Amino acid sequence: MIDHALDFGLAAVSLALLLNLWSLFRGPTTMDRVLAVDTMVINVIALIVLFGIREGSMLYFEAALLFAMFGFVSTVAYCRFVLRGNIIE
Amino acid sequence: MNALLEVLVSALIVIGGVFLLVGSWGMLRLPELMSRLHAPTKATTLGVGSVLLGSIIWFARVDGVPSIHELLITLFLFLSAPITAHFLAKAYMHVHVDAETRLPRPGEHGWSTYDAAPGKGDEQVGEG
Repeated sequence: MIDHALDFGLAAVSLALLLNLWSLFRGPTTMDRVLAVDTMVINVIALIVLFGIREGSMLYFEAALLFAMFGFVSTVAYCRFVLRGNIIE
Repeated sequence: MNALLEVLVSALIVIGGVFLLVGSWGMLRLPELMSRLHAPTKATTLGVGSVLLGSIIWFARVDGVPSIHELLITLFLFLSAPITAHFLAKAYMHVHVDAETRLPRPGEHGWSTYDAAPGKGDEQVGEG
């Protein structure tokens, strides 16, 4: 049962990533693209966690935690660049 | 008991997958960025939280001890999602929204995003 649920979850997250990729290419503004990348990061975290459950290994959570942190920092850096023209003043 | 836990984890994973899909689809469907922010920040955060909850229960069953890693990821995501959305909206407003025509009229001190904070010197002048 858990295998079928994992299959469904992995398929749904992969489809969500494709939709994100579409909105990343479509835009139209810079902030739309930043939002698409931020959503992609969240989807990839879910993908890593689902893969960790399937493999039965807890190693993947370190990767997911690192991904969450870098995704947040990169989104804030993008927004700050758009707002101020540089990142660290 | 084991079968019940498996059903619970499966349901959480399916619910999470559906919410992640709905969030990404909503971002594609909604017309402009200020409404597009709703879909990823709410639905997607709920979806990934559901998947992580399923993972906590699954590994607690396998190892006998609930692990703290997923809880850390959940906490971090739930804290950072509103900050990210706020930052995105603020940057979008500064670049694309004309404060004069598209926002309601502010009070005497203006909008905190666009105008300078009311200074201490001004207050003293006002009081004097």
